Amino acid sequence: MSREQQAVARARKAFETGRSKSVEYRINQLKSLQRLFSERQKEIAAAIKKDLNKTEVGAQFYETLGLEGEISLFIKNLKEWAAPRHVKKNLLTMSDTVYIHPEPLGVVLVIGAWNYPWAVTIRPLIGAIAAGNAAVVKPSEVCVHTSKVMEDLLPIYIDKELYPVVTGGVPETQELLRQKFDHIFYTGNSTVGKVIMEAAAKHLTPVTLELGGKSPCYIDKNCDISIACRRITWGKYSNCGQTCIAPDYILCEPSIQNRVIEEVKKCIKEFYTDNPKTCPDYGRIINQRHFKRVMAMLEDSNIAVGGENDESDCYIAPTVLRDVKPEAKVMQEEIFGPLLPILPVSGLDEAIKLINKGEKPLALYVFSPDNKVIERMRDETSSGGFLANDCLVHYSVSALPFGGVGNSGIGCYHGKFSFDRLSHLRGCLVKKLKMEGVNDMRYPPHTLKKLGWARFFILSTVDVGWVGRMALLAALVVVAAVVIQNYLL
Amino acid sequence: MESQSQVLEGLRTAFESGVTIPEKFRRTQLTNLMSMIKDNEEQIVNALHKDLTKPKFEAILSEVDIVMNELHYALSNLTSWMQPEYVSKNLATKLDDCFVRREPLGVVLIIGPWNYPMQLLILPMIGAIAAGNCVVIKPSEVSAATDNLITELMPKYLSKDCYAVVRGGPKETQALLKNRFDHIFYTGSQAVARVVLQAAAVHLTPVTLELGGKCPCLIYGRVNATAAAHRLVWAKFFNAGQSCVAPDYVLCSKATRDALVPALRQVLEDFYGSDIQKSPDMSRIVTAKHWTRLMGLLNRTKGKVVVGGEHDEKDRYIAPTVVVDVAEDDALMEEEIFGPILPILTIESLEESIKLTKRKEKPLAFYVFSDESSVVKKVLENSSSGGFCSNDGIVHMALPGLPFGGVGNSGFGHYHGHWGFEAFSHRRAVMLRGWALEKLNALRYPPYSDEKLSWLRWTTSPKSCSIM
Repeated sequence: MSREQQAVARARKAFETGRSKSVEYRINQLKSLQRLFSERQKEIAAAIKKDLNKTEVGAQFYETLGLEGEISLFIKNLKEWAAPRHVKKNLLTMSDTVYIHPEPLGVVLVIGAWNYPWAVTIRPLIGAIAAGNAAVVKPSEVCVHTSKVMEDLLPIYIDKELYPVVTGGVPETQELLRQKFDHIFYTGNSTVGKVIMEAAAKHLTPVTLELGGKSPCYIDKNCDISIACRRITWGKYSNCGQTCIAPDYILCEPSIQNRVIEEVKKCIKEFYTDNPKTCPDYGRIINQRHFKRVMAMLEDSNIAVGGENDESDCYIAPTVLRDVKPEAKVMQEEIFGPLLPILPVSGLDEAIKLINKGEKPLALYVFSPDNKVIERMRDETSSGGFLANDCLVHYSVSALPFGGVGNSGIGCYHGKFSFDRLSHLRGCLVKKLKMEGVNDMRYPPHTLKKLGWARFFILSTVDVGWVGRMALLAALVVVAAVVIQNYLL
Repeated sequence: MESQSQVLEGLRTAFESGVTIPEKFRRTQLTNLMSMIKDNEEQIVNALHKDLTKPKFEAILSEVDIVMNELHYALSNLTSWMQPEYVSKNLATKLDDCFVRREPLGVVLIIGPWNYPMQLLILPMIGAIAAGNCVVIKPSEVSAATDNLITELMPKYLSKDCYAVVRGGPKETQALLKNRFDHIFYTGSQAVARVVLQAAAVHLTPVTLELGGKCPCLIYGRVNATAAAHRLVWAKFFNAGQSCVAPDYVLCSKATRDALVPALRQVLEDFYGSDIQKSPDMSRIVTAKHWTRLMGLLNRTKGKVVVGGEHDEKDRYIAPTVVVDVAEDDALMEEEIFGPILPILTIESLEESIKLTKRKEKPLAFYVFSDESSVVKKVLENSSSGGFCSNDGIVHMALPGLPFGGVGNSGFGHYHGHWGFEAFSHRRAVMLRGWALEKLNALRYPPYSDEKLSWLRWTTSPKSCSIM
């Protein structure tokens, strides 16, 4: 048996013991996970600094802050989320109990990404644990130091049989994908997303795919350009542009292009100093392969700001490109780097047309003081999420579903959405063997009279208060019994 | 005659024109669909009788009324389903508008099976139309008369630009699957489901799979054998056992079995008379191929036939049959039966029965008959299945408030009622921020500092919004 097979088999065995069923058990695991973040910040931050050159504060802000909030939210609400959810009944099932029973799926596979390794690997894991599943965690091998820290620390804090960490590269991931899982949760790019879906097809495994795309950012010429550019600059260059919901490119009218460039330049200086290379708050490209990929995109565009780079340090300065055309290299794939192309368009109409030519992105941004502009943009496009007048922050609202559509993904999560996504919502009808008389109308031999009664009882859905329900029920039972006894049979 | 790609291109153009978005359009289409069913009830019943010898009663209940019910439900609730759903926020986003918007996915494909050819095609279609999509439906060619009827009626009642019927067998379906859809809804078998998923993976298309499985029926503890027999017979032999949620096999103790079998025999006579083949209330097996498959299982079983067993190849008739002394490795336990054969496995303890069901794939439904609520609870908490029903069969799927779908090998995703609307919608997170409070935003901009971080932690925590 391969190492991967063993981990999955152990996880399934641990799941079958039933210990993750109890809500108390799940809450305790989540509390332990919470302690991991409060006790091990230093190790986490040191690894992230080596992988992505983030400062300790940066790491907390972008990675662990969100997770700690998520865990608290889960601990507070888990009992309610995991409880049976009652639903409406029809007249025929008035005296029965009807509810949705959230249940674990079994063994979930969580495949993490490298750009916010803790956030995108642990957040789905929180959902998996809360829903009562076992989960095999496969951190991205690209962020070498962080995946080692995960491998070392997670087994110390949470159940190492139920939630094993399996590290490795492509061959190890492929071996994992050969095993049977009850759900596969993948964060990454669409090419690998297709491979995951195909592997899942063999076992009829449902998947959640958090992918990416080119998230457009439209700037209305009438907006407060200075504020808009501050928010966009922050959204774009955080983590050196390596964010699935970073504003990928800007669309605006030619008349404001120079102003936009000027404002962005000002903000870059304000945030990252004159020399971002020496600024501790500015990140690096994850590795040389991606460095080369991003640099190649500069070939056929005009650099308005930045462009400085250093391959040995995987450093690319915050860069703005001007007068970019839709055919340019930088517009052919998700940039995932600190290049901000500006495509001049004649107005909202052309912007919408251009956006709809591309695949549906994970996020869509519009900056405008005019609600009509915002509404048109929202109504005439499709994207995972939509945010007006800012960037990224919709991610932080746990009550909003976070996920893609079309090429940007399948399914959503965060907060209760994670819980529901990694649960099986089982429909339950609990009847008694009494009141058999009422059932008679559905049994053969079939008569038209019986059909009439059956149609009446099944077709009405009732939603009355408890008292009303009981009164109605009592009346119905009497009526039904009398009628059926005397007239139907 | 338009090619498949021409049809799909037409639908995509229609979708992109935005015609399916307004509520009025969706209501009109759903109302027209209602007229289609109402105006043609007799023809529908006749087509179903031709395909499956479906008794009129069954056709009305399980193919006409359930569809009408769903249409009424959708029309009553469409307005509220389409409303934006406002959500709770944290302090940093208190002044912003945060809501979830349900948006159509685009052009969706619904592939229907042959056993309830109207219900299992039209019910998902209702969700798809209500959600504002353009829809391609692919009825099963096996239920040929219904296939013909739907193809004839659909364009008369629904917008030809937005909804299309594509016909054909496996070859045409495979060609259809090569195209790009925004959602594929498939009801049928695991084998074909794998093909559907693989085709969907190429385009990253989300899928809903409504499959089947062997739905166990456990009978333990104190139980009113006569009442149980009534409900079990009704659920099992409805549509001659060809229901994805039919109780597939029974597990019970010897004593229960000895009380149950005579009760089953009596109920069968009460329902269908002494010559069941002559009863107008019993369906037939859909094709010769399936008849042969079922007879093969019956011939290979090592159990004892105690009720029924009669059959007639020309009539595609198999009598409601009960087989006892069936072991776990019997032929009748190999695959989903999907026919009027009821194996009874004798297992003394409830725990052992539960263990047996755990050795098998997760089914679409799980049944338990018992007057003891502790038995019902034990089974519910120690099993996994699409849906669960105690002391009855099938009826749980008639409740539009319950999500109807499988888990594991019985499928994923669900529908019925508002779940159908959600299955065919994209839940788009929308956040509308203001321009004010830019100073508050400064907390998040570099240069980063510990002090800024502490403030930020407070404003973005879920605790802080409870203070407001």
